[in-house]
Amino acid sequence: MADPMKIRANVNGDSTEVKVLMNHEMETGQRKDAQGKTIPAWFIQNVKVMHNDNVVLNAQWGPAVAKNPFVSFKFKGGAKGDKVKITWVDNRNDTRTDEATIA
Amino acid sequence: MRDMQRAVVALAIAAAAISIAFAQSSTVDEIAKYREALQDGNPAELWEARGEEMWKVPRGPNRVSFERCDLGLGPGVVKGAYAQLPRYFADAKVVMDLESRLVYCMVSQQGMSEADATKIKFGDGSARRSDIEALAAYVTSQSRGVEMNVGLDEPHVRDMYRLGEQMFFYRGGTHDFSCATCHGEDGKRIRLQDLPNLTKTEGAQKAYTTWPAYRVSQGELRTFQWRLNDCFRQQRFPDLVFGSEASIALTTYLAGRANGAAYDGPAIKR
Amino acid sequence: MRITKVAGAVTAVLLAAGLGGALHGCATAPTDAETAARAATVLKASFSARGQAGLDRLDQDETQKLCSEYASRSLPAPVAEQIRRANLASIRFPADGNLVGDWKNGEKIAQSGQGFQFSDDPKNPAGANCYACHQLTPQELSYGTIGPSLYRFAKSRGFNDETRKYAWSKVYNADAFTACSNMPRFGHNRILTEQQIRDIVALLVDPASPVNQ
Repeated sequence: MADPMKIRANVNGDSTEVKVLMNHEMETGQRKDAQGKTIPAWFIQNVKVMHNDNVVLNAQWGPAVAKNPFVSFKFKGGAKGDKVKITWVDNRNDTRTDEATIA
Repeated sequence: MRDMQRAVVALAIAAAAISIAFAQSSTVDEIAKYREALQDGNPAELWEARGEEMWKVPRGPNRVSFERCDLGLGPGVVKGAYAQLPRYFADAKVVMDLESRLVYCMVSQQGMSEADATKIKFGDGSARRSDIEALAAYVTSQSRGVEMNVGLDEPHVRDMYRLGEQMFFYRGGTHDFSCATCHGEDGKRIRLQDLPNLTKTEGAQKAYTTWPAYRVSQGELRTFQWRLNDCFRQQRFPDLVFGSEASIALTTYLAGRANGAAYDGPAIKR
Repeated sequence: MRITKVAGAVTAVLLAAGLGGALHGCATAPTDAETAARAATVLKASFSARGQAGLDRLDQDETQKLCSEYASRSLPAPVAEQIRRANLASIRFPADGNLVGDWKNGEKIAQSGQGFQFSDDPKNPAGANCYACHQLTPQELSYGTIGPSLYRFAKSRGFNDETRKYAWSKVYNADAFTACSNMPRFGHNRILTEQQIRDIVALLVDPASPVNQ
């Protein structure tokens, strides 16, 4: 299983701000190695964030997103102690899910 | 009429100069803004997390964890440890920086061979990750906000400091470069990369307190041993040996010059 | 702190173990010259050959030795004169007397930072990396400031033989003019070929070069 994400979630008035740092190579598939061979594409294609039973973020990513991606976003609602669950799936069908408690 | 022509020409030259200067300063400003935006979500935190986990796990043939490793403040004490390195260690009888001390613990306590401990010093963006880089990220993160306090009164440390100072000005290689060639004057830059003046306290403080750092262009967390090695590569010198006496001397010189400043790493750089 | 017999014995052991950082702090501190000599020895022992960079890269010539010695203090006028004279004498001009090549190629050489690093392939031509330290063409915004701007180099000095000769000489051996210059001695240290220096000179002196627009 891939390395864990670092998640911070904080309530700010009537919305919650979530910041996630993900561990991923995000290889574009355009680069060549020292021998001239193309390094195969390997990147996160989908990110889904759940708060309780709601999907608060659904993202489709491509090779333009940098290595070790950082995403920061806000959603309406959320209370201290609630759980936020984040899942990514990449083009090799590898996946990683991590949870955090809203502070 | 001639005065008018002269005025127009003068204006045109001034406008050209101003537009070049403006394009210049706006380029540098935009890059500064980009760097500012990068501070949030520093991928160095991923290395810090990995290092923290590694610290507590028994490893090597002796199945011993780093909780026995003395970085100068007692076995396993990490908080504030980086801010007082390099220092003289009586058990090893030499001045050591963080990386060489970690290797010392891996060899003398965990029972690894020096070759195994230093097999992967610098990650290369692949699955070949460097344990030392992760451990360094963790240990240095525990000195964030702590004032640099390298003990320059200690005779061995003072000796390393003076040795490093001489090395800083050593001209050599095909290009006659010394550290001072790039880091000896105020307000200079290579291409669009500002260069800290390491011969002045302010420059040394700003530079030393922001390593290790996540180098975006490398996609890796890089330590000060890496920084020195890579400087010498660009100076057209051969390979600076990891943990060598010269690397410790230069680190001691620059860390000592940073005394008094709050440590601010791990940081993020281009 | 008194030097006792024990301290003396410990010092001997440390030195024997090859650890240069012995207990100097007690009686007399080493002179700058002693520390400088030790620095050179320790440096050489701290590197290993890699790629095209051998340990001989750490051997200093007379200019490098003097410039290291006086680096952190002011260079006495006689020493500066000695350095300038020795480096001026080393300048070689092309046999056919033609100092000016192709500025378009010169721009490529000025942009390239490759060459002589242990990570560089020695088969590839070296660049001069002029833009690391200098402004040249007005179009290139990514330039350094370690050296002065070279924009309008010949336009401001005159399109003549004297300017061409100065450009060649300066690129060949900058220390001929500024003792202990930060600028590499591209000709003297065989960083660039004769043709490459001609092309750089063209970038600086050709009336058609963007540097002179």
